[in-house]
Amino acid sequence: MPRPYFGRLRLAALVLVGTTAAGAAPTDGRRGSPHTVAVAAASDLEPVLQALRPTFERDHPGIRLRITYGSSGAFFAQLQSGAPFDVFLSADVIYPRKLAEAGLAAPEDVFVYARGRLAIWVSKRSPIDVQTLGVGSAVHPAARRVAIANPRHAPYGRAAEAALQAAGLLERVRPRLVFGENAAQAAQFVHTGAADLGFIPMSLALSPALKDQGRVLEVPLGAYPPLEQGGLLLSSARQAEAARAFRAFLLSAPAAAELRRFGFLVEGR
Amino acid sequence: MDWQAVRLSLELAGLTTLLLLALGLPIAHWLAFSRFRLKFLVEAVVALPIVLPPTVLGFYLLLAAGPRSPLGRLWERVLGHPLPFSFEGLLLASVLYSLPFAVQPFAAAFASVDRSLIEASECLGASRLSTFLRVILPLSWAGVLAGMVLSFAHTLGEFGVVLMVGGNLPGVTRTASIAVYDEVQAMNYEAAGRTALFLLVASFLLLAVTYGLRSRQKRPWTLS
Repeated sequence: MPRPYFGRLRLAALVLVGTTAAGAAPTDGRRGSPHTVAVAAASDLEPVLQALRPTFERDHPGIRLRITYGSSGAFFAQLQSGAPFDVFLSADVIYPRKLAEAGLAAPEDVFVYARGRLAIWVSKRSPIDVQTLGVGSAVHPAARRVAIANPRHAPYGRAAEAALQAAGLLERVRPRLVFGENAAQAAQFVHTGAADLGFIPMSLALSPALKDQGRVLEVPLGAYPPLEQGGLLLSSARQAEAARAFRAFLLSAPAAAELRRFGFLVEGR
Repeated sequence: MDWQAVRLSLELAGLTTLLLLALGLPIAHWLAFSRFRLKFLVEAVVALPIVLPPTVLGFYLLLAAGPRSPLGRLWERVLGHPLPFSFEGLLLASVLYSLPFAVQPFAAAFASVDRSLIEASECLGASRLSTFLRVILPLSWAGVLAGMVLSFAHTLGEFGVVLMVGGNLPGVTRTASIAVYDEVQAMNYEAAGRTALFLLVASFLLLAVTYGLRSRQKRPWTLS
């Protein structure tokens, strides 16, 4: 009986989809709560926002954060096409500025909340002595695969390329490069051992998942153009008040302390 | 259009199809004719890639084939490089990912061959292999060809697994579907559009061939 193969599967799939969709509906944050701020955040922010979220939600009862992580360039493209976010936290302020220029936000709603730092990360078991070799670690024979974020749309990927270029090593390292879709995937590649060395955000190197698993070296700040981490309140925001409260919180002294703890540079405050 | 990515996709799809032909024919034969009581379990395993998210397959491949697992170390010893970020790694992923798209049409075609012809062949003393090659296969060529075309097309459309284990290496793991994604992210909509148009036209032609073949089969199998 050859016939029913696909037909049955399709029916089963429909039933499954139907039940999960029905089950999910009442808890859907976007519709359920009137004050859910939808945040599109660069993937280097994941550890620090996980730490900040409970504080913010405790101080602002009635406001919930719904955070999506990805590469800044990817969000930029999505936001240009009207993606339903209230706040955009980019790893590079250039994207929020361009969105404001395109009329998706008021120029005064662009803000810089931190400066990102680039790190070299190897597993504890790696024979590469990153402390001594610095950026030159990338040409060590044991660094057969070097993970970076995709420079075409991820600011940390561009920073990694710039640092290698500044050290005069980019062409030698190029055959070893593997590209994560965003900075977090680059970190995942080296964390799982699929890659031997990674240029990743300091914030991810200091995250609970990676912290005790490897050795970290900061790439000198002068070796790459500043990673000005910029944010934006979108004028299409459905939760404009709550979004503004979240921005004020991000720019507050306690948030700055937390950002510093996760490897970001924050001026003053 | 990104020719390098398109060529890579075509190579990957072609090799996957050949491997699936070698692997799929015996599996399909067994599925079509075996009376093993627990056959449904094997059928379920073969069909898994249809319903499993590609990310699940990608996740397990990363775990199983990473340099920290025994399988990963064996792979590295045999081929000299780790499975992730390699063409061979994508090939393995594609074979797993497209398995049902080859095996199900194969098996359906075999099962639709008139039993009396098979029994006649066996009564006349033909071995099982020669019955397969000279009776079953010639009578189910349309289904076998359809399975091959479908495997090819499905591999061409692979995205999630490649994104997870590929590492986006031009000429090695940057397939046409990844190239489209990349160009869209980088907002080169024109470049994305050209590669996307190629995939659209190629997929349409391949499916047209598949459905054309289906109409030639006496008892057609169905596609979801």
